[in-house]
Amino acid sequence: MQLDHDLLAQLTWLVPVPPLLAFFLIVLFTNRSKGLSHTVAVGMMALSWAVSWLVFFNVFRSENLGEDPIRGVVDWLPFGSAAVAGTGTLQMGVLVDPLTAVMLFFVSLTCLMIFVYSVGYSNWGKPRDPHDAPGNPPHGGIEPLYSRFFAFLSLFAFGMLTLVVADNVLLMFIGWEIMGLCSYLLIGFWYARKYEDPNQITPRQAGVKAFMTTRVGDVFMLLGIVYLYSQTGTLSFREILHSEEVLNHLAATPSYIAGLSVAGLAGLLLFAGTVGKSAQFPLHVWLPDAMEGPTPVSAMIHAATMVSAGVYAMVRLFPLLSAGWHHGEPLTPPMLALAVIGSFSALFAATIAVAQNDVKKVLAYSTISQLAYMIAALGIGAYVAAAFHLVTHAFFKALLFLGSGSVIHGVEHGMHHSTGEASPSAHAKDARGHDASPQQIDPQNMMNMGGLRKRMPVTFWTFLIGGFALSGFPLVTAGFWSKDAILGGAWEGGYVVVFVVLALSAFLTAFYTMRQISLTFLGEPRTKAAEHASESDPIFRTILFALVVLAFFAITAGWAGIPESFPGLGGLLPNWFHEFVGGTLLERPEAEAFNVVPLATSLVVALGGLLLGWLTYRNVPAGADDPLKAPLGPIHTLLKNKYYFDEMYAFAFVRPAIWLSETFVSAWVDRGVIDGTLHLVARTAIPIGNAFRNYFDAPVVNGSGDLVANIVKWFGRTFRVIQTGKVQQYLLVVMVIMLVLGAVLFVPGLGR
Amino acid sequence: MIPLSWYLTLAAALFCVGLYGVLARKNAVAILMGIELMLNAVNINLVAFWHYLTPAVSSGQMFAIVVFAVAAAEAAVGLALIISIYRRRQSVVAEEMDLMKW
Repeated sequence: MQLDHDLLAQLTWLVPVPPLLAFFLIVLFTNRSKGLSHTVAVGMMALSWAVSWLVFFNVFRSENLGEDPIRGVVDWLPFGSAAVAGTGTLQMGVLVDPLTAVMLFFVSLTCLMIFVYSVGYSNWGKPRDPHDAPGNPPHGGIEPLYSRFFAFLSLFAFGMLTLVVADNVLLMFIGWEIMGLCSYLLIGFWYARKYEDPNQITPRQAGVKAFMTTRVGDVFMLLGIVYLYSQTGTLSFREILHSEEVLNHLAATPSYIAGLSVAGLAGLLLFAGTVGKSAQFPLHVWLPDAMEGPTPVSAMIHAATMVSAGVYAMVRLFPLLSAGWHHGEPLTPPMLALAVIGSFSALFAATIAVAQNDVKKVLAYSTISQLAYMIAALGIGAYVAAAFHLVTHAFFKALLFLGSGSVIHGVEHGMHHSTGEASPSAHAKDARGHDASPQQIDPQNMMNMGGLRKRMPVTFWTFLIGGFALSGFPLVTAGFWSKDAILGGAWEGGYVVVFVVLALSAFLTAFYTMRQISLTFLGEPRTKAAEHASESDPIFRTILFALVVLAFFAITAGWAGIPESFPGLGGLLPNWFHEFVGGTLLERPEAEAFNVVPLATSLVVALGGLLLGWLTYRNVPAGADDPLKAPLGPIHTLLKNKYYFDEMYAFAFVRPAIWLSETFVSAWVDRGVIDGTLHLVARTAIPIGNAFRNYFDAPVVNGSGDLVANIVKWFGRTFRVIQTGKVQQYLLVVMVIMLVLGAVLFVPGLGR
Repeated sequence: MIPLSWYLTLAAALFCVGLYGVLARKNAVAILMGIELMLNAVNINLVAFWHYLTPAVSSGQMFAIVVFAVAAAEAAVGLALIISIYRRRQSVVAEEMDLMKW
């Protein structure tokens, strides 16, 4: 139904609210009831999704949504007084321009799919296994902290949706930080999990690591926000990013750092936030370890939405980053930084992914690499391509992660069925904390899989679709169209280095993806667990549903952005994505002319990588080494150990920080100086107090009081002797006094 | 006529004797006798003054009679007290009655 902009603005306000409501309802009321909790969570997310899609489908046909977006603003905080400059009211609001609209489309859908998936993944329908302690991953029984999981997921969804509909940098940052918190909570969801190998990072440590690392980025981002505010007096997107004068002013004003304009410095600072949040080099170290969280978490937070938020921030702030730049000119400093770090991270992460054996770690490095693609694309000015890849990547990466979760569950089922439930050694632990009785193996290690194509067909086909999309398999997958757009943008702009690096990364991407698919699904099962793996258990119903839905989008989403100039297919469908999202910017980007070089490169690297991966890995037997180990030798070890970056950071940053806190601050400053001063004060005060008591208080103050009493007592004691009790004596005294009185009164001259 | 001063001297002498008796005698009954002497000396004084100064007014006589009555009553009370003390302590020596001392 066609609705007018005001109503749509009201609806947009409603989009982030249902998950927040779900969070509070679950935490406060439905915590005890697992069924009620997931109903609330999924129901609220579905409501949010419905409203998001309602908004999207109302605006997706408008041609000038960029000039006339849906806006709703409230006055939030008045500050200053009318007479002082730089005062006014801080306003919070929602904004739906074309970029927000597509974000709403895919964020709400992927989040909903992941919510649905989590129902099955957390073993809903299974009885509670008394051996499963809360805070540890369940072994077949229902997740003990089921409600808490959905509460955190809902809070996260709230944060992401807030970020998406925000109309100013501050509200975006608020959503950003909420997601950071949820990431920490959810990575460390299995907080009690411990491993025997001390080098294996525990979920709790991984959560702290993630939070700390992204914090580094967030501090710079906050600096950037403050700097931007101080230079423009506003944080609203429309006022800064959609206004020629403001952007030109920012680009022309020099900043504190020589050579950088205000826009440049602010852009770089804000980019630092993205480097942290989207796990780019050098702050990439937290994302692989974030895989300690449950798989839905990895899918949602660390593939489809939260890390995308970093890229979204850059896409949103693109006008600021590119202030003063036009096609063909040399890149501005922020864009240069984006291009360099993006291309480097893409290649860097792709090389590491080639040597990883954990199915989720491969995908984690793949995520870093793909996000780097988007950032590099932004860096060279390919705005629409970057946004396009953001959307398609969310779909197929979420699909891949969910698929890996399905695989893990399937192999765990296989483990249970191949050992038998009643075996007494069924709960011994191996180095990774997984059950280590015979035939109990790490269900996440791809070397323990194989041949799952026959045992888990739906998972296989959806994973294949996702993997092909990731590699950029031509025409039928979404990834092809978005990757091609990026490569095309790089080639057309003449950025050869970026082009070559991205092409190489694309090759490696295809290679390690096919490696992953072959090791997991093709060939013959390498362990008993893989032989008995299955996806027929009822918990897989929601899992497979989510996989199928996402697979549909992984195929079709790309067809919304077929370039007009593409040979044959171009022009059959309008390039809706380009027209729609391109309208977000002040200057509509032009559609590129067709060039055969990027297309050919893209085909060659994608198909070549897939072929090479398949050939190398299709027949790896059980117990064998990685076929790449022998030819690469020590390089393989380097890649497997992630270039030893974790060790370097531990040495350079973590140990000094721990030294600073434990030794310097705690022992020396806190206990030594501060406590020492207090003890010194106490030690001098006590003798002084004693001296006061003994030499002043007791003798003088007490003494004078006692003296008065003693004098009175002495007088009394002395004079009471006249009271003898003898009447005659009393009478004698009376007589004497009478005589004296008589003399004084009656003798003239005596007395006064 | 005998001059008034002679009567006053007599009364004073009697009074002093009575006073000496009160202050110096050991026996409580003797002290009471001394008190009687003092009261009678006062009576003599009163009557002398009445007779020599205002013989017409009878209030002098009245006063003397009241003093007699009071003296008698007081002697009775005093003796009752002494008897009570004697019953308690088997003694009437005034010096020994020093319970009210400090």
